[in-house]
Amino acid sequence: MNQNLYDLLGLGVAVCFIMALKGLSSPKSARRGNLIGAAGAFAATDLVFFAPGATHNHKWWILAAIAVGVLVGVPAARKIQMTQMPQMVALFNGVGGGAAALVAIVEYLKLGSTASTAEVLATVFTVIIGCVSFSGSIVTFLKLQEIMTTRPVVFPGGRFVIAGTLVGVLGTAEWVVHSLGNTSLTVMAVLSLLFGVLFVLPVGGADVPIVISLLNAFTGLSVAASGYVLQATLLIVAGTLVGASGTILTRLMAAAMGRSLFGTLFGAFTAKPQAAVEGGEVRSVKSGSPDDVAILLNYAQRVVIVPGFGLAVAQAQHTVRELADLLNSKGVDVAYGIHPVAGRMPGHMNVLLAEANVPYEQLVEMDEINPTFPQTDVVLVVGANDVVNPAAKTTHGCPIYGMPILDVASAGNVIFLKRSMRPGFAGIENELLYDPKTTLLFGDAKDSLTKVVSALKAL
Amino acid sequence: MSNGLALLSIFVLSVFIGFEVVSKVSTTLHTPLMSGANAIHGIILIGAITVTDRATNNLQLGLGVAAIVLATINMVGGFVVTDRMLEMFKGKPRVKKEVEVAGGETK
Repeated sequence: MNQNLYDLLGLGVAVCFIMALKGLSSPKSARRGNLIGAAGAFAATDLVFFAPGATHNHKWWILAAIAVGVLVGVPAARKIQMTQMPQMVALFNGVGGGAAALVAIVEYLKLGSTASTAEVLATVFTVIIGCVSFSGSIVTFLKLQEIMTTRPVVFPGGRFVIAGTLVGVLGTAEWVVHSLGNTSLTVMAVLSLLFGVLFVLPVGGADVPIVISLLNAFTGLSVAASGYVLQATLLIVAGTLVGASGTILTRLMAAAMGRSLFGTLFGAFTAKPQAAVEGGEVRSVKSGSPDDVAILLNYAQRVVIVPGFGLAVAQAQHTVRELADLLNSKGVDVAYGIHPVAGRMPGHMNVLLAEANVPYEQLVEMDEINPTFPQTDVVLVVGANDVVNPAAKTTHGCPIYGMPILDVASAGNVIFLKRSMRPGFAGIENELLYDPKTTLLFGDAKDSLTKVVSALKAL
Repeated sequence: MSNGLALLSIFVLSVFIGFEVVSKVSTTLHTPLMSGANAIHGIILIGAITVTDRATNNLQLGLGVAAIVLATINMVGGFVVTDRMLEMFKGKPRVKKEVEVAGGETK
């Protein structure tokens, strides 16, 4: 195939990717967009075998490797439950970053002394960012899968260790550029992997949406840089699109948490330890039975459901929908108040509720739902805590101070479905739990909801 | 215009297109955006195939094959998972009851 035709077809694939992202501007066109993107990717993979200058020396190796990838990737993607989506996305992101790093390493091994400085720099950049994205995503995956603790992991002098590692990475990068040797590259790759681990460790569960978006942007950038090395415009365009999407999401998530990106990533090291989390005086809370909750809901005119990570953990999305339908049939107006960082990835709650066939018109964003809380009779908080914690407004110096919250305190009644009195991920007491208009229903969210549904049916 | 400069121009223009397109994505679809973008960077697969094709020794071949496996998982898995998600957002909900027998993680 001649070069011009090949490049032209590559441009077509790039357009497919842009269409894929463009489709996401509305739920109606989204699926078709994704299929266009997939078709483009499939075409590109076929095309590359006919690329000008292809040797076909290792054709069988290549086909076998693709087959292995498909056999691993497709079943994993099909079997995963919607509640586990964040870790799946983290994992796919990580392997993508790893692939980009490996591609750059192979390319580096072939770079002769004729390589231009720009090429060497792009290669080094790809290796560093790809490695950071790989190891960082793996740690994120381990946290989300609860294979390791979801709490921030801090150790004495952590900030200095991280800073030191970063300096080490940059120092060896300098060494790599000058020596073009294999030892220096190996050292740099290992340090980059270490940096990726160190920089995700101190991030707590609730900050994971930010980190996931950031790592997504990293992988995109490393792919774009590898495109520069390989002189492949398609990789540059695709990688940059992903970089832009990751950057925008990171900014949105950071804004939704009311803090800077830097504060999120390194906050755990500077925050004062929350001593009062476990002890403290025992204060009375009003705990209710499923029947009490059912009665409250039954006589409400407007109910807002606020889902959080606990909904995902309990896999309660279908039961929530059942409850909402039941209330609807009794003439109660039901909406869902979605906080941008509820859950473990951007838009996590939307996907879960969509799985349960909740019409997306009922999912209301924070800015729109907040003014309606004074007219709301009952707010049902299902497995959320920090996103409704008034401490974000009132307590200076607490870790979530300044984070915009769902203003549920202005509603008539608040019902919390909680597993225990344990505070949310940020580790802050929630004053709202002790408010006289708050009722607590302890237990697994799904069990509790099932009981409420049957109590409501009996009324 | 030199080749390097041409690639740089493509990069800069792509940044603007990316921001333009992605900033129009509805909040509801942020998770599919993330996983869709994930799938798109799986296109590193063609880079992996290219370097493997040109491999001149076993080390390069081995690393290239590993890159292909990872990139394929990323790309194929990413598109499949995004499709599964978007399927749920499609159109009005039917009365279809999805009985999901919850396996896996129940912690």
